[in-house]
Amino acid sequence: MEKRASIKGGEFIVKDITADEVFIPEEFDEEQQLIAQTCDDFIETEVLPNLDRVDSQEEGYMRSLLEKAGELGLLGISVPEQFDGFGQSFVTTQLTSERMGAGYSFSVAYSCHTGIGSMPILYYGNEEQKQKYLPKLSTGEWIGAYCLTEPGAGSDANAGTTKAVLSEDGKNYILNGQKMWITNAGFADVFTVFAKIDNDRVLSAFIVERSFPGISFNPEEKKMGIKGSSTRQIFFNDCVVPAENMLGKRGKGFRIALQILHMGRIKLGGNVIGAAKYSINQSVNYANERKQFGSLISSFGSIKQKLAEQVIKTFANESAVYRASKDVDEAVKQNTDDTISKEQALVDAYGQFAVEAAILKVFGSEALSYVVDENVQILGGMGYSAEMGAERAYRDSRINRIFEGTNEINRILVIDTLLKRGARKEFDLFGEAEKIVAGLDKYMGEKPGSTDYYERKRFYVSNFKKLALVLINAVSARFQRKLVYEQEILNNLSDIIMNIYVAESILLRVQKLESMNVPAGIEVYRDILDVFLFDASELMRKASRDIVYSAEADGNTDKYLEAIDHFSKSEGVNTRDARRRIADKLIDDNKYKF
Amino acid sequence: MKIFVCLANVPDTTTKVKFSDNNQQFDDTGVQWVINPWDELALTRAMELKEDSGNNVDEVTVLTVGGLNTEPTIRKALAIGADNAVRIDAEPADSYVVAYLLSEYLKSYEGGYIVLAGIEASDYNGSAVGGMLSEFLDVPSVSAVSALNIEGDKVSLLREIDGGSEQVIAGVPFVAIVQKGIAKEPRIPAMRGIMMARKKPLEVIKGEAPEALAEMADFELPQVKPPCKMIEPENARELISLLQNEAKVL
Repeated sequence: MEKRASIKGGEFIVKDITADEVFIPEEFDEEQQLIAQTCDDFIETEVLPNLDRVDSQEEGYMRSLLEKAGELGLLGISVPEQFDGFGQSFVTTQLTSERMGAGYSFSVAYSCHTGIGSMPILYYGNEEQKQKYLPKLSTGEWIGAYCLTEPGAGSDANAGTTKAVLSEDGKNYILNGQKMWITNAGFADVFTVFAKIDNDRVLSAFIVERSFPGISFNPEEKKMGIKGSSTRQIFFNDCVVPAENMLGKRGKGFRIALQILHMGRIKLGGNVIGAAKYSINQSVNYANERKQFGSLISSFGSIKQKLAEQVIKTFANESAVYRASKDVDEAVKQNTDDTISKEQALVDAYGQFAVEAAILKVFGSEALSYVVDENVQILGGMGYSAEMGAERAYRDSRINRIFEGTNEINRILVIDTLLKRGARKEFDLFGEAEKIVAGLDKYMGEKPGSTDYYERKRFYVSNFKKLALVLINAVSARFQRKLVYEQEILNNLSDIIMNIYVAESILLRVQKLESMNVPAGIEVYRDILDVFLFDASELMRKASRDIVYSAEADGNTDKYLEAIDHFSKSEGVNTRDARRRIADKLIDDNKYKF
Repeated sequence: MKIFVCLANVPDTTTKVKFSDNNQQFDDTGVQWVINPWDELALTRAMELKEDSGNNVDEVTVLTVGGLNTEPTIRKALAIGADNAVRIDAEPADSYVVAYLLSEYLKSYEGGYIVLAGIEASDYNGSAVGGMLSEFLDVPSVSAVSALNIEGDKVSLLREIDGGSEQVIAGVPFVAIVQKGIAKEPRIPAMRGIMMARKKPLEVIKGEAPEALAEMADFELPQVKPPCKMIEPENARELISLLQNEAKVL
């Protein structure tokens, strides 16, 4: 236990983690599985048969679905029991995020309400605010929303111009301004609104009720996807907000916004797993029924390749999401004490694992993009038709690369946060990097020291980390303070780090599974690991070479290219056969059962 | 009054059925187990009856014959609302064994009770436990029950018969063998129920199983249907020839 709690966010880049230090989804207990099943049953019986009603925004329908989820207790999973919730761990919350993620537009309304719509009040509210709002939000009597984005303040959230001025009698704040892309705006009862008080340069946060005077709404936005999710602009015209509804302290709004975004990102990683599994099931069901040239299309290599890749990406994301989520829980457990509440510890943990959260956001949303795109492709004409729902999933998934911070912002965040942690000496990033560079000659000759399957894999993953460190050392020296302007290079670095985290997560999961006697046998899991590592090594090699040529590291280019060749190496894999075996299991089960 | 609900643990209906040991055994590798759908409806009706205080139902107990692997489905039944559960630890080798073991347990119960048993289980479709159980207990049974209401100390049951339905009034104890219609749809366990389920009693008793009367000789999967043959309208002759020579129906 102590070992696990000692893992710091981002530290994986300099530290080798062992299988017994990570949580894998196969370890969910009976109760957690029951909760997951309740989510599945809810999605299957209440949401999926009614998607047209949801997407046509039938008056009151989405709200009624949320209320039904509330009756089952699914809106209060992470709300403490004293506020009529169920006080579940973060990893259980993630499991519900995953399962509810299969619900198309509904899952967006659900995630918004249970995440950014309710959690700011739990994390930053005072006792009165929590007593007043949380029980209502937890049961679904009230629905929550979150107002950060403005027409001129998207990725640059602190640029918002919504203003709050204290009334002369000191009893109310008067809000003026405009918010946009507000999820659940059409029916939410309570909004966390960010605004600047007087001439403050930083944001403050307020709890605003729909019934407060001076709040008005534009009609629904017409969107590419998640059409059932309510999205509107909100206007505050001398909106009167009681002074006691300020959330947290004055000027702490931006910090709240950032911390809530860290939470949102890691939860998005969970959410997309559910959507991906649902699409995979649709792909394989169709491939197992559709015949062409006298054969089921699931028997064709081209289709198997797609099915296998859908599985690999989803399994990879899942491995990383639950590993990081349990690390969050462990940090909470370790840090909660008499002076630090569980909620405070949780918010701190989101910040602590900001690098992982950004990785999960980017990797998860792009994995889902792949899955839904190939789902359309496997279904062919039927995929393009609105009849089967594949095109709906395709359109709905696209937002995941945009909200909760665009993938561009999050890629920069991954490397930027890591470098800052290194600069603050939270772990010895630059020292380790220098050590690798100084010892290059020694490392270059190294081969896996053991014939053991997992030892060999660990050797390569460890080399990937050395690769990242060498590159961090090189670009930091080359650009110094101007590195922040080299976004293309930062993106390359970020992709390398992302693949390292995910590759290691799969490795540790498969190694742990080895001892669990999985019904399907371990071989197919090893196939997933083999293919992912092989592909990741190629991707990292390319990204690294891009960095070296772009950085024009005078005179050192050859040295770096040599290092890249060595550190990005992985074992050769017959990817055709490995993918076929992965696809065959999926085809045989006719369902994602990995 | 107490309601006992018999619960069979069956493979999820989407399970791809496979056999092992030269088609002598059902291969349960990787199978997800669920509450038999008919039993789940029975449990739903039991909960509805208990929730109406006018019915004077004190307790709903679920009964299962099976090993440790049945406990997740039992726990689900408790999460749905059953007050407690009894698992009779024995291999449910055939309907006779299951009915015998259930009856041995129920014989020791002295109060008034109703036993609800699903009309069939979706695994082997035996449809025999409910009837056998009532024989062992020497109490009446009513089969194909699609509605059940408690009216004072009597119970009114509606059962489907050829071309209509019939109303039966029964006194307790008795066994109701229920079919679809007994409840609208199964309940989804709510979070509160799930949290409470872990604290509810799940008693495990050792079952002294009699020798099974039935033996599984062999399993076989249904034949794959041959593809549909399309005949052009002008080829009536070919159609007739196929019907005569291949389908041999003319």
